[in-house]
Amino acid sequence: MTDELVSVTVDGAVVQVPRGITIIEAAKHAGVLVPHYCYHPSLSSPAVCRMCLVHVEKMPKLVPACVTPVADGQVISVHAPAARKAREGVLEFLLINHPLDCPICDQAGECELQDFVFQEGQARTRYSEYAKRYNPVEDFGPDVLYVPNRCILCTRCVRFMEEMAEAPVLAVAERGDRAYIAIDPHHQLDHPWSGNVVDLCPVGSLVSRDFLHRARAWELDKSASICPGCTQGCNITIETRDEAVVRLRPRPNLEVNRHFMCDTGRLDYRWMNHGDRAEAPLVRDGDRLVAADWDAVVARLHLLVHDTTGPVVVLASGRASSESLGWLMRMLEARSTIAAMKVPIGDEAPLAGVPGLALRPERAANLAGGLMVGVRDAWADAIARVGSAGLVILHDVDLNDAEAAAIAGAGTLVHFATATDDRLPRADLILPVTMMAEEQGVYVNRDYRAQRYLPARTAPGMARPAWWAASRVWQRAGSERTVPTTTSEAFAALPAFGGLTHRDLGYGGRILDPAVVSR
Amino acid sequence: MGFPHPIHAGETPVLSTHFGDPAARTFDGWSERGGYAALRTALGMAPEAIVDEVKASGLRGRGGAGFPTGLKWSFMPKDTSRPHYLCCNADESEPGTFKDREILRWTPHALIEGCAIAALAIRAEMTYIYIRGEYTEPHRILQDAVAEAYAAGALGADAFGSGKRLEMVVHRGAGAYICGEETAMMNSIEGRRGNPRIKPPFPAVAGLFGMPTTINNVETLAAVPHIITRGASWYSSLCLGNPKSTGTKLISVCGHVQRPGTYEITLGFPMRDLIFDLCGGMRPGRTLKAVIPGGSSVPIMTPAEVDGCATDYEGIAAAGSLLGSGGMIVMDDSTDLVYQVMRLARFYAHESCAQCTNCREGTAWTTRILERILRGEGKESDLALLMDLADNMTGKTICVLSDSCATPVVSGIQKFRADFDAYLTGAAAPVAVGA
Repeated sequence: MTDELVSVTVDGAVVQVPRGITIIEAAKHAGVLVPHYCYHPSLSSPAVCRMCLVHVEKMPKLVPACVTPVADGQVISVHAPAARKAREGVLEFLLINHPLDCPICDQAGECELQDFVFQEGQARTRYSEYAKRYNPVEDFGPDVLYVPNRCILCTRCVRFMEEMAEAPVLAVAERGDRAYIAIDPHHQLDHPWSGNVVDLCPVGSLVSRDFLHRARAWELDKSASICPGCTQGCNITIETRDEAVVRLRPRPNLEVNRHFMCDTGRLDYRWMNHGDRAEAPLVRDGDRLVAADWDAVVARLHLLVHDTTGPVVVLASGRASSESLGWLMRMLEARSTIAAMKVPIGDEAPLAGVPGLALRPERAANLAGGLMVGVRDAWADAIARVGSAGLVILHDVDLNDAEAAAIAGAGTLVHFATATDDRLPRADLILPVTMMAEEQGVYVNRDYRAQRYLPARTAPGMARPAWWAASRVWQRAGSERTVPTTTSEAFAALPAFGGLTHRDLGYGGRILDPAVVSR
Repeated sequence: MGFPHPIHAGETPVLSTHFGDPAARTFDGWSERGGYAALRTALGMAPEAIVDEVKASGLRGRGGAGFPTGLKWSFMPKDTSRPHYLCCNADESEPGTFKDREILRWTPHALIEGCAIAALAIRAEMTYIYIRGEYTEPHRILQDAVAEAYAAGALGADAFGSGKRLEMVVHRGAGAYICGEETAMMNSIEGRRGNPRIKPPFPAVAGLFGMPTTINNVETLAAVPHIITRGASWYSSLCLGNPKSTGTKLISVCGHVQRPGTYEITLGFPMRDLIFDLCGGMRPGRTLKAVIPGGSSVPIMTPAEVDGCATDYEGIAAAGSLLGSGGMIVMDDSTDLVYQVMRLARFYAHESCAQCTNCREGTAWTTRILERILRGEGKESDLALLMDLADNMTGKTICVLSDSCATPVVSGIQKFRADFDAYLTGAAAPVAVGA
């Protein structure tokens, strides 16, 4: 492929497209979706579903748009009568053995077979033969069920496992209309990235056991987000039903995660639905914590920042936004501060077919963002200094018992909390903060790519982003200080991020200059 | 000689001269009969000279498509920085076709010699002969012959002392019809599932193991030594009409004739004489009803279309069908065309590789409708439905298996409508099939 452009006509619209791209991609430039099943931009194109046949002037037969490169001056018709009839024929063929069990199918509402049949199919079947092909549901792996009766044999799953996972455990078995997707009898579909086959399946044939019967597609609200699971920073969609997160799915970003996400990230969302949340600011009054309003807590924290002596220790979560980390540090700019982020370490799990894509050992989405604002990864060292600290600021971090015990004895403890922790009975202030699913923010991944995420559900009670509270405390320390009112302003106000606004980061994120970072 | 019948006066024995003669199977026997002279000649020729000779002979592919063989060879790149491959398609699986089988079992060295010459022409050192899995006896004979050819020095690192390498491997299929499709065959040789590939890229650009590859049929390759020995002009003079159809063709005739078997005719030979003279005509008291002239994938012919039809590429095309592989199925007036069409459709439904939607589902659905018609449960609208399904199955898939299923359905309904109507009206007794 070159930078050279060619001119093609798609359904009457003339567009300039790069030489060498396929007709199906060229049609996207003209705003035309060529219906397809087997084609997927991240996989090889076998041209087997025969849905994308289009009419091209001077070609004797309809051509598969997914494998036919454009030629200069080509006149392509996706909606020519012959192409429409061909698609209608394919849809009819796909339906004759299809169970039409949409009312009980997880895919209904987001099913490409449904969509294209509604769009171009026939209202009535001409199939009047005996019972449809039947094969029982099969367990492919820990989270993937195969419902063969719904399968249209597009082979996306087979190709994903072969080309992307490089663990070819799936294959087409049998011939003719007896064909089905089979799994190697000695293996399970338990590859760390195998959940992607569920997303790739255009119909309800491969379904997630985790999501099974959890929601109908049309009940879901979807928000663009970034996976908080590791430093890779996969682009995801958080899907909620009635404020409950029910599914995470990958969102395409060709630079970061193509169309994929790992199973660890995919299935780790239950904490987002944690029920026992901190909902009101609490202030210590003798032996008790009493509810207060935000003004009172901000004023109290301002006093603590100013009146305590000795070093400050900040203990932060790897899921904290860049804005919150940055503003916590700014709030403490007058103090000698040791700030650390807890970075759980796990096994690395690469997706072999995509260079640079892996579940990373560092299970902290915003490690780089923290480093850029002065939050280090020297966690053990920070814990060791808690005992001699004048002020300990804890930000929404999962502690083990030893860490909790160390912090429980700290002199003055301020807890920016999503949930109160019974192991920390002597906190002086508890500030209810949002978690990533409830706020807008920026994560910086291992390549220093800053990426936005958006709120997927409303925050509980009086919870606010930590940057909001921290900036208000900072404001009290001097006259004429203006503070951000939006997350984007909060980001732009932090010098480490070069004054960029959220909009400046674009849809795919933006690589930042890590020169300011010192480990 | 001749097999299974003595050579008929109307035949032109070239490839079939030694059919029925077990002595011709051995390397020595074959050499005594003039064999391997052509290979010795070809080893002294430039590849272009071999290609030109075959081009001049007018030889066309005998597997079914009829593509000019020399032209196909000329598509191979001249440079040999990457290995070139020759594949011999011996996966003869088309219903009604058994002409390659006779070459494989009686004159295996003719094929080996033809392969060796073709390999020289396309600058290939490696030949794969992909033989149909069910051909157990021909496989054994061919395997023995290849071993003999190696032992005699005709094959190997230094063929006949020429300094040229000619290697040959016999690869046995596992019983899938689709592996006779050339790109599926390459996948099968590579150890993959035998699914046809999308073209382009064409095999001459990226074929077996991604390398430049030529695939030729057994009969095509077996004709090559004769062209080298006796000359292109001799071969092209074997012609009974159309100069685009030269040489001889093996026709395997089966069905309702008195003497079924493999016959070698000069292209252009009258089809009627082939059936009624060479094959002895119909059984007593029977009349001709239908002929499938070129393997099960071609349109069915009526007796009127057979009359006056020249048995060559153009002659049969003019009569509304195709020479195809030369597998001729003759049916007399006892034949139920609905049943025959159903059997063909069932075959294709069984053999569809399942890649393309139209073929996977269309072949099976077509079969079920035909079975239902045979059971006496047909509807008038079924014929229009079958025709429409055939349209949806034609010209829309990666390979032509889907088209091949549709072809006999369409020609059956168009030309033998009365047979279908008999079931739809209840005039024909139901047949217990399917369901």
